[in-house]
Amino acid sequence: MIEFLAATIRIATPILLAGLGGILSERAGVFAVGLEGMMLVGAFAATIGTWGTDNSLVGLLIALLGGGATGLVVALVAVRYRADNMVTGLAVNIVALGLTSYLMRILASSGKPLAIHNALLPVLPIPVLSDIPGIGPLLFAHPPLTYLTVLLCIGFTLLLNRTQIGLTLRATGENPEVVYASGLNPLRIRMLAVTACGAVAGLGGAVLSMQQVGTFTDGMTSGRGYLALAALIVGRWSPWGAAAACLVFGAAEAFELRLQGFGIPVSSYVMQMVPYLIGLAVLSSLGQNARMPAAIGQPLTRDR
Amino acid sequence: MAALLEMRGIVRLFGDVRANDGIDLFVHSGEILGLLGENGSGKSTLMKLLYGMLPPDAGDIRFDGAQLKGHTPFDAISAGIAMIHQHFMLIEAMTVTENILLGWPGAGQILRQKHMAAHIRDMSQRFGLDLDPDAKISSLSLGRRQRVEILKAILRDAKLLILDEPTSNLAPSEVRELLDIMRRLKSEGKGIVFISHKLPEVLDVCDRVVVLRAGKLAGAAAVADVSRNDLAEMMVGRTVPMPQVEAGDQARGPQQLSVRGLKAAGLEAITFDVRAGEILGLAGVDGNGQLELAESLAGLRSIADGSVLICGQDATTTSVAERVRLGLAYLPADRSHTALVKSMTVLDNLMLRDTMRPPYGSAALLTPAAGRAEAKVLMAEYDVRAPGPESVVGRLSGGNQQKVVIARELARKPQVVVAHQATWGLDPGATRFVLDQMIALRREGAAILYISSELEEILSISDRIAVMAGGSFAGIVPNRNVDLRQIGLWMSGRAA
Repeated sequence: MIEFLAATIRIATPILLAGLGGILSERAGVFAVGLEGMMLVGAFAATIGTWGTDNSLVGLLIALLGGGATGLVVALVAVRYRADNMVTGLAVNIVALGLTSYLMRILASSGKPLAIHNALLPVLPIPVLSDIPGIGPLLFAHPPLTYLTVLLCIGFTLLLNRTQIGLTLRATGENPEVVYASGLNPLRIRMLAVTACGAVAGLGGAVLSMQQVGTFTDGMTSGRGYLALAALIVGRWSPWGAAAACLVFGAAEAFELRLQGFGIPVSSYVMQMVPYLIGLAVLSSLGQNARMPAAIGQPLTRDR
Repeated sequence: MAALLEMRGIVRLFGDVRANDGIDLFVHSGEILGLLGENGSGKSTLMKLLYGMLPPDAGDIRFDGAQLKGHTPFDAISAGIAMIHQHFMLIEAMTVTENILLGWPGAGQILRQKHMAAHIRDMSQRFGLDLDPDAKISSLSLGRRQRVEILKAILRDAKLLILDEPTSNLAPSEVRELLDIMRRLKSEGKGIVFISHKLPEVLDVCDRVVVLRAGKLAGAAAVADVSRNDLAEMMVGRTVPMPQVEAGDQARGPQQLSVRGLKAAGLEAITFDVRAGEILGLAGVDGNGQLELAESLAGLRSIADGSVLICGQDATTTSVAERVRLGLAYLPADRSHTALVKSMTVLDNLMLRDTMRPPYGSAALLTPAAGRAEAKVLMAEYDVRAPGPESVVGRLSGGNQQKVVIARELARKPQVVVAHQATWGLDPGATRFVLDQMIALRREGAAILYISSELEEILSISDRIAVMAGGSFAGIVPNRNVDLRQIGLWMSGRAA
């Protein structure tokens, strides 16, 4: 049971990080369709950065920058030049897939993907707490990015609800015209939010490549960015809501792994659909109540 | 005493148009200045220049002893100028407190919502605003939302409040309360600029008035020294008397619109007839079922019970297109969403309902060249002021947009017209144009249901007056020696 719950947390972490980034973007009024691409670039940048410098902290920093740069591209195209959010996000996802796979190959002169094996980020048990029997190892013995995810969850909740910056960000997603009339600049707010979304989602990618696998493989995010998008919608654009959704998705996948382990004949393809089926069911039952930020996807009309 | 605001020799050009042409304006603290003018007279431009949304081409603005030059809205707000826009700048999904905190540097980076809510409650009491800080904006009436805007200005220590057409969306009781709030603000030493078309309100609350016409100063006076007619004349440069229909001055034809026991969501059994050559004016406070009635007649809502006869034919369950074919024309209140596609051209909008009919089209294809010629004729006939049929409707002024709707609906020579708030947001000149069109139609023998919350217009053009309250007709009388007290009682009887 502990093992099952631990797997749930492990699977949920990268999705939640990306989802947290997506919340920044969507609350500011830009659909976060590009999460998949941002994650993938983050996973790639973390691997290459760590491999190149032999320093995982630098690797993480590069993942942050890589994801941020991807976010900035989305911000420029979709916010500054007012392109359609969906199309921009999908295009970025496809470009990121191609670009990262290509770069892995040209970095090795052989034409095959570069073979990298980085050490995984170490598990950092919290002293005393991790010694509690049962829940101690489950809750208080994780690699660093997992703790960071929890901290960001708390931090983003406070940011969105308790600060002027958060209020302005939410207002930009609801009605940018009001923000403008209040003497603030909605264009800048959206640009920053989408860039920050990229950086955080990049870290989500880094969780995969640095905490769980140790290398980069082509398209290794395999749909987790879309899962993150579903999680933030099901979680109604709130960090804790998204966390709950991610844990449910994580549990579904962990359950699938267990079933396979017991040799129960359930097609893995069926089980892979489960998170999305849950997402669809929740979405349809929320219906109109799942109130999106009112101005999401609407381009800014003022050039300022 | 030095004036709070001094604007001198303000000039602003848009291409060749002199939107503001050497305007002087000053406001003292503790004074309400009425700023009057027709649509397009330069009021909004002048206020945008003051608020820093546009730079002036010439002129000098001094506010509270300091010069304002090259400023942005942010600078104007910091200097103590608050603008209350006609369309409220509030976020519906957020609470009153959150809206007030938004973009307020004084609130600090870390928000203390509980503390602020208590403060809001205090101030709201002091100014008689009666606001709940935790209420979501979407749950508030338009009048309440406006008070949130006012409170926002007060809390930011605004010294000058600009109210842009603040009464156009309010019910009469809300208007009275707003005027009281304005007096209270004045007694606290705030300066107020009150932009309005509505002369009675201006005369009621203002100390002085400034009238603009075609970008120039047309007059300025203390309210005590002018009459309503003086102001109307200053605004349009000529007198605009309301037309007057004499009830029963012309023979009426057969019943063209008959409504029998009509029931729908928000409507209780309604029965009435309108005859050919007759205008039935429907008065009442907005939101008492007028929209539901108008849309039920137009075929946009399903009817639960009862029947609607258009030109003697049962149209209760027929489609919109079929009703149009029977001779119905509908002028909806919400012209920007229901009547027009704002991003399309004048020609496109004129063609909308008639794409299969000459001159706009044949059964299979559109005939744009013939349509364009027809559009030009209509634009001249209905005085639509736009560069041409290819102009985008969204760029036209409210009055011209309404003229496009009227041109489209009336060019078809309808037998039955349902007009809902047809003069909403229009200046006296454009209002007069709409009323004259209604009278002309009546002369040609159309049956007209004229729904308006402007009682003055109803009294001016109706043969009979009905009053709507709480989703049904409270009363119906011929327009002859009307007892206004009775009308008022009916309106307030079951008013929302």
